[in-house]
Amino acid sequence: MTVERTMPAGQVGRSVKRLEARKKVSGRAEYVHNIVAPGMLHVKVLRGVHAHARIKSIDTSAAKAMPGVFAVFTGEDIRALVAEPYFGPAFHDQPALALDKVRHFGEPVAAVVAEDPYVAAEAARAIACEYEELEAVLDEVEAMTSPVIVHEVLKPAGMFPDLKHLQGKRHTNIALDYQLRRGDVDAAFAAADHVFEHEFHTQQVMHTPLEPMVSLAIPDGDNLTIHTASQSPSFVRIEIARLLGWPENRVRVKVPHLGGGFGAKLYIKLEALVAFLALLTRRPVKWSLTMEEQFYTITKHASTFRVKSAVTNDGRVTGRRCEVFWNGGAYADIGPRVTQKSGFTAPGPYDIENVSIDSYALYTNRPPAGALRGFGIPQLVWAYESHTDMIARGLGIDPLEFRRKNILREGRPQATGTKLRDAEISGVLEKLAERLEWSKPFDRGTGTIRRGRGIAVGFKASIAPTTSMAIVNIGGDGSATLSMSTVDMGQGSDTAMAQIAAEVLNLETEKIRVVHPDTDTTPYDMATLGSRSTFHMGHAVLRAAEHARAQLAEMAASLGTPDGSNYSFADLFKKKYGMQAGNVVGVGSFIPDYASPARGTGLSDNITPFWMVGGTGVEVEVDTETGRFDVLRMINAADLGRPLNPAIVETQLSGGALMQYGFTRFEEMTFDNGVLLNPSFADYKIPGFNDIPRDIENHIVEARQKSGPFGAKGVGESATFGVSPAIANAIHDAVGVRLTSLPITPEAVFNALRAMEKE
Amino acid sequence: MAAREVAIGFTLNGRPASARVETHHNLVDLLRRFDLFGARESCGQGMCGCCTALVDGVAVSGCLTLALLVDGKSIETVEGLDAGGNLGVVQQAFIDEGAFQCGFCTPGFVLMTCDLLKRNRDPSDAEIRDHLAGNLCRCAAYPEILRAVKAAARRMR
Ligand code: FES
Ligand code: FES
Repeated sequence: MTVERTMPAGQVGRSVKRLEARKKVSGRAEYVHNIVAPGMLHVKVLRGVHAHARIKSIDTSAAKAMPGVFAVFTGEDIRALVAEPYFGPAFHDQPALALDKVRHFGEPVAAVVAEDPYVAAEAARAIACEYEELEAVLDEVEAMTSPVIVHEVLKPAGMFPDLKHLQGKRHTNIALDYQLRRGDVDAAFAAADHVFEHEFHTQQVMHTPLEPMVSLAIPDGDNLTIHTASQSPSFVRIEIARLLGWPENRVRVKVPHLGGGFGAKLYIKLEALVAFLALLTRRPVKWSLTMEEQFYTITKHASTFRVKSAVTNDGRVTGRRCEVFWNGGAYADIGPRVTQKSGFTAPGPYDIENVSIDSYALYTNRPPAGALRGFGIPQLVWAYESHTDMIARGLGIDPLEFRRKNILREGRPQATGTKLRDAEISGVLEKLAERLEWSKPFDRGTGTIRRGRGIAVGFKASIAPTTSMAIVNIGGDGSATLSMSTVDMGQGSDTAMAQIAAEVLNLETEKIRVVHPDTDTTPYDMATLGSRSTFHMGHAVLRAAEHARAQLAEMAASLGTPDGSNYSFADLFKKKYGMQAGNVVGVGSFIPDYASPARGTGLSDNITPFWMVGGTGVEVEVDTETGRFDVLRMINAADLGRPLNPAIVETQLSGGALMQYGFTRFEEMTFDNGVLLNPSFADYKIPGFNDIPRDIENHIVEARQKSGPFGAKGVGESATFGVSPAIANAIHDAVGVRLTSLPITPEAVFNALRAMEKE
Repeated sequence: MAAREVAIGFTLNGRPASARVETHHNLVDLLRRFDLFGARESCGQGMCGCCTALVDGVAVSGCLTLALLVDGKSIETVEGLDAGGNLGVVQQAFIDEGAFQCGFCTPGFVLMTCDLLKRNRDPSDAEIRDHLAGNLCRCAAYPEILRAVKAAARRMR
């Protein structure tokens, strides 16, 4: 990897090893799955077997009679405890156990609790549930007009202003209709020399964190403690308190390390059911999903994207119309946010005067879809960067030249009208071109083995307006403790945030202790998502550390320490308190400026605190006889501002790109009439050692996010953006066939090659 | 469930141990009872290697190994590698190369790397990939893991 500019010597910019590295290599890192509470019961659920069905009856008697079963519960038992047991961040639409209906295959219908998880599992199988099957709607475009309605009435959660108008709506599957209108698209099309129109599809996939989702609720008098593998402890606390009608302070949420998250463990997942069951049983209740069960819990949106562009003879895009349909599955989760937050970047990182976007969140009878590394952006980039190449090829212009001509440059307005600031889109593009030696001759192969190159860039807005808070506590010996609710799920936030605090306090990062999320002691953070922590929590930590430092300086002054002299924190405390005693507590909070998009036009002059930019270039080799192809080289580049920890940043780039690589090449949840056919690693393949490109390069493009802490911004998703279209573009470059649906399997390439021959 | 309990005795990271296990319990269940969480269940199907442990020196998937079958055998887990307080060469190399993110897969990769380097002190890239092909890392730290294995091999030679 190349880091183009090194940071000044210090804590920030140093490749500090992960603070928890030793624990992780010795198997001693804490995960929720390690936690055992005295008297703990295990949950196993019975899951629905239809995509859409009315529950006629549930017979739990055989299960209840089994030795070792503590209790069996259905949705009605939950309703007796909580009248409205529906949860969700955008809509209050999801019951902890199905009520009246099941809306997707694999939905939890009844729960058994037992001390022995094997007993609970066997008892769950003994529950008999009778259904009346209903017609299901599975496709996102069909859901727009289908007579099959997933939810009788829409119940927005009230947190997001752009969902309010959906309150109480009936006879619709549209869970958000985001619109953007800028300029005059009709006029642009009327005046265009060329019009290009294409449709792209992405498939439903799953995050499959290797630590399957797990939550444990422990009742304690009037309070409830929840240990959970969650990316959003603050949200869990607020949502559980809301469901129970309790004040926040009676709910304590604790999160140790996560064995991967990728968006799967956001908002509220298993926590509602374990909380309810813990209250019903008055015992600690733990629910550990199997890998299979994760596929029924949360997924990445399948999507359809129709994009149409008006283009001049000299290759300028003058107008673009985007229609995006997001398959949200049976429960909205955070899908409506994906629809809006990603929707407004649908025209891509291009300077287009006239734009129209319609982005729809749709309910269907599939397992729910939510956030997955990129929050909708990889689906969009897949479409617009394939489309970009198709236009360039159609006009006979080199795809790189065509991008250079249209790319969105610093200071120019993006679709929403927000001007681009500190976003090295062309820097990323040029880095890829340089590394691929785009302008040099390229060995295209011969006979049945052909080679090609492809390039793609994308960008993403951050999630605003959201709040982060942090506490830096200096003890009497001068040692520092950082308390925050950012969750380290592998991205290295503990280390990066400690580096920021250490830099401010002039301490060694390795000496800072990071307290993991515990809502009793760590302050509010919106969530660990959307690559927001480096920027948002980074600022909060910076402020908390500065606050602590300022108090220490005051203390020094009040003790008569001459200005500018060196003192150790420990000496100050000793001087002030006569012994090793006392604390200094620095607090910091951060919420960026933001202007939400106007309803109807979708416009805003401040749509995001920063832009993430990423791109990928690949060289592929295709066997024209079989459709088999190899990615010979993969180059990822991103603008992430200045890297706080270059080594961790590189793993984020390469890890993000390789995850998207699996989604591009083979991962796909396959359904038969809404029944999921491959919910396990035996049938659903994720990339292993022999599945990834041999030659991978990652580049941090020289840039600085002026508004970011030490010039940094988020990086966890950026390298996912360009992977899929770069590969499709390279395959087209190699053999002339265009794939418009993911995944791009050898079979799909083979079929496209044979179809081309027939033409 | 007609559970049948069986008494077993085995060596665990060099020390004698015994337990009563039910016939359907697997090795991961057994190790948890000794507060050893490094072998952990993920896929439950023998596809990911998160549950790796060594039984009489042979790497096995703990999720597919019945606990009663380790009766009389010697089990080593990742927690045994730094028993003397010092990290093993492979563990240190994983830290130095940043060969993990969330760390959930790491014990499995570390044990499989030890297993490889025991037999082959100078493995080629292809040999490393093949030996580790049964372990999955969703964080996709593969490039770093490859570097770590090579670094460990160098240090052991
Ligand atoms: S959990 Fe045993 S191999 Fe995956
Ligand atoms: S480090 Fe997360 S699964 Fe490998």
